[in-house]
Amino acid sequence: MLSIDDLHVGIDGKPILKGINLDVRAGEVHAIMGPNGSGKSTLSSVIAGNETYEIDKGNIMFKGENIIDLAPEERAHKGIFLSFQYPVEIPGISVTNFIKTSINSNLKARGKDEMPANKMLKKIREKAELLDIDSKFLSRSLNEGFSGGEKKRNEIFQMAMLEPSLSILDETDSGLDIDALKIVANGVNKLRNKANAVVVITHYQRLLDYIVPDYVHVMHDGKIVKSGNKELAHELEEKGYDWIKS
Amino acid sequence: MALSEKLISSFLAFELDIDTSSSFHSIRTDAIKRFEKLGFPNRKLENWKYTSLNEIIKEDYTVFPKEKSVINFEKVKDYFVDNIESYKLIFVDGCFDPFLSQTSHDGYDICIMSAALGKSKYSKTVKKFFNQSTDLDDSMSSLNTAFSKEGVYIHIPKNIVVKKPVEIIHFCTGNEAALMLQPRNLIVVEENSEIEIIESHQSLTVNPIFTNSVTEIFAQKNSNIDYYKIQNDVVNSSLIDNTYISQKRNSDVKVHTFSFGGRITRNNLNFFQKNESINSTMKGLTIIDFNQLVDHHTLVHHANPNCESHQDYKGIYSGKSTGVFNGKIIVDKIAQKTNAFQQNNNILLDDKSTINSKPQLEIFADDVKCSHGCTIGQLDQDALFYLRARGIPKKEARALLTYAFANNVLESVQIPELKTKIKKIIANKLGVNIGFDL
Repeated sequence: MLSIDDLHVGIDGKPILKGINLDVRAGEVHAIMGPNGSGKSTLSSVIAGNETYEIDKGNIMFKGENIIDLAPEERAHKGIFLSFQYPVEIPGISVTNFIKTSINSNLKARGKDEMPANKMLKKIREKAELLDIDSKFLSRSLNEGFSGGEKKRNEIFQMAMLEPSLSILDETDSGLDIDALKIVANGVNKLRNKANAVVVITHYQRLLDYIVPDYVHVMHDGKIVKSGNKELAHELEEKGYDWIKS
Repeated sequence: MALSEKLISSFLAFELDIDTSSSFHSIRTDAIKRFEKLGFPNRKLENWKYTSLNEIIKEDYTVFPKEKSVINFEKVKDYFVDNIESYKLIFVDGCFDPFLSQTSHDGYDICIMSAALGKSKYSKTVKKFFNQSTDLDDSMSSLNTAFSKEGVYIHIPKNIVVKKPVEIIHFCTGNEAALMLQPRNLIVVEENSEIEIIESHQSLTVNPIFTNSVTEIFAQKNSNIDYYKIQNDVVNSSLIDNTYISQKRNSDVKVHTFSFGGRITRNNLNFFQKNESINSTMKGLTIIDFNQLVDHHTLVHHANPNCESHQDYKGIYSGKSTGVFNGKIIVDKIAQKTNAFQQNNNILLDDKSTINSKPQLEIFADDVKCSHGCTIGQLDQDALFYLRARGIPKKEARALLTYAFANNVLESVQIPELKTKIKKIIANKLGVNIGFDL
């Protein structure tokens, strides 16, 4: 589904990613771990199409198509979803209406009709329940005054609504207490199927107890320095990142 | 001939057309003398530093249209607020259009200035209020006073809540190659009464239009006035709007100014608090592009204790457009416990767009709360990426962020149908086809 080949990315001439190779197939869960500043968030942002970064070299293939020159919205239309580490607060737009606009924009881009209001409402109710989200929450302005946990839960709610083929969860566990973490992880697990894939970016092994990865990759200084199965995450937890750096 | 000379010499012709024996006439003759002395404002004046009228006043305007123009309702119905019952005061090329209008004399007067100035039954009120609040040193107001003849006259006696809003629209047909208009409005709302008013100026032509309007509003004890100005005129129309609001005890006046169009739009919005416990609110939303200029000069004179004023102006500027915000607040020594708030937030979308923002606070009392703030920035790129990453195309994402930025000004519009209309104008202006009923 996703195939990244020798990706080099920089910002203002300063290199951040220095040759990333990654293959993610449908049905798989990949975890990307690594210390602060190793380039994890940059990688997720670049896959989603953030134009702040310059791609110096390499390709990002998604479903067989090179997406490097596509706008963020075009990537979303193709089924890429990024759960933001820091979701943006937008006053004056409610969660419900934001998600409606988002879903209908995607449908329109795929040449489909807008979702009828009753179907939309039913789906919203269903997915809100899955993530234990109060209906009052849905009429609030998008992320405005939300706690860290509410913001992350709202991201996964959007993921549930949009049903993307590839979900990238950028530090979704940060700011979550253990109960919220379980709810979010449970939500992600329920959304998993053979046709979609998940890339989990995290600092800690904690989240991976709940969203169990098929593969674990460790990033350091803009490169994937080690790949393995879920045992690698445990090993990292024990030995710390210094083990990788040295 | 320069426009100022043309106007001064036209005054003699104007006098042939009106009742010079009326007691108001001396007000007009004094005013033309003041204009003769002051002339058009220029950029050497501190208040006009950022706005030059040179481009406008070089046109050869007709100052009195030769004949009455008629327009068909079907042609202009889009300019009215949809699905709403309202009183209507419609002017076409400066003349009252009785066919498009709906006036009232049933318990209160919602009618026209020419009637108010001419008929004896109105003379008591008119004498008491007419030209009592304008700034005599202001040349544009003086010019308007000199030619005051037509406009809106509203008088609401005590204890009346006017159920329907009043829509005031000034249309220009283009029957004249260039036309100057000087509407003069007097609005008096007596004790415990309430009214909502929506005013707009709409040219139907590409011919140059120059409107110099004066509105005097008197809000008596416990009265409530909501005034909405919709400035969405075409590119060759300019407007100088001079509004003077005098408030008595416990009155509450809110003015919303939506500036989306026109060539040069200058708003001189003046509030005078004549007693205690008064609320004055000014909200503005400016969204302009190309070479357009919108200049907001506000003044709040806190002359009594325990009063509040609240100003919130937002602007979004594209292309080579220019915005000006000058917010003057005077707090007299006697005006203790004043609470004055002023906020001006701006977004510049292009390198060539400009905003000049200036708070001007003159505070002589020591126990007051006065705050002011100003921001100038760009659309938040992180927010834009967030929306686009959710599949919302760039143009729509920008429109949504613009809407979000403008939201608190829009949300305080009390007439739902008007709010819908303004949202439509904004969507249209931003070139998107999304509803903002978010």
